[in-house]
Amino acid sequence: MSMQTPLNKVRGLGSAKSGTEHWWLQRVTGIANLVLVVFFIFLIISLVGKGHGEVSATLGNPLVAIAMLALILSVTWHMCLGMQVIVEDYVQAEGWKIAILLANKFFCAAMAIAAIFAILNLSFGA
Amino acid sequence: MAGTGASDRRPLSPHLQVYKPMLSMMMSIIHRVTGAALYFGTFLLVWWLVAAAAGPEYFDFVNGLYGSWFGRIILFGYTWALLHHMIGGIRHFIWDTGRGFELETVEWMSKAAPVASVALTVAVWIIAYIVR
Ligand code: HEM
Repeated sequence: MSMQTPLNKVRGLGSAKSGTEHWWLQRVTGIANLVLVVFFIFLIISLVGKGHGEVSATLGNPLVAIAMLALILSVTWHMCLGMQVIVEDYVQAEGWKIAILLANKFFCAAMAIAAIFAILNLSFGA
Repeated sequence: MAGTGASDRRPLSPHLQVYKPMLSMMMSIIHRVTGAALYFGTFLLVWWLVAAAAGPEYFDFVNGLYGSWFGRIILFGYTWALLHHMIGGIRHFIWDTGRGFELETVEWMSKAAPVASVALTVAVWIIAYIVR
């Protein structure tokens, strides 16, 4: 027997107030990663052995920069979601779990911000 | 594990070591391990971008590290982890459509994935060495 009202059952979110978004965003960013990583591999192949001038000119090219921004956003989001699941699976002590989940968010945000700043700098600045 | 709440005394589900190791299970574990490795590998990408933005001198320094034999081993491993995780991800997407759950299919994909990822990794590096 369930204590839930029919409406609540249909909504199906319970007290967690969230449902499949995490899983879904892992897929959305995964699919974006798939496309962007293939681009990235070709980009790196084209830049192997090149000096600073050529590398920064390529990275500053608008189309390359936009693709790199997309890659960074998608990858950092995806890895943040993914690491959260890993931590939730293995870390049991509540305090540690909260601390590590926070560290995860900060690390991913720091990576994203540093990369975005660098890409914009190569496009507009210097 | 600290804590005295009711949730700490809940029984745990059987963990990995009670199961007979199987190929499909290894693939699942490797997908997680490569995901975690790539997580930290993102730092290499970001450092490289920041170095390019910082200017020629610093870029040469980082480029030199990445081009050293040790750097190349790390980057080779990174390439493999990326390609393997990518192939594992495609497998997940196939499963998400409700397909590919037959035992033979799972077995077949589990065997093909490591072969494909190693072959692709070597191919990428050969191409990179040829065109550079
Ligand atoms: C190359 C394209 C990629 C695809 C297609 C992809 C796909 C996926 C998928 C479908 C999952 C979910 C697996 C599950 O539900 O069990 C996943 C998990 C994960 N991915 Fe990716 N991914 C890609 C790239 C990356 C990158 C570049 C990183 C890190 C920088 C990354 C880090 C992770 C992590 C940490 C997890 C969690 C692993 C787990 O829960 O076992 N992925 N990926």
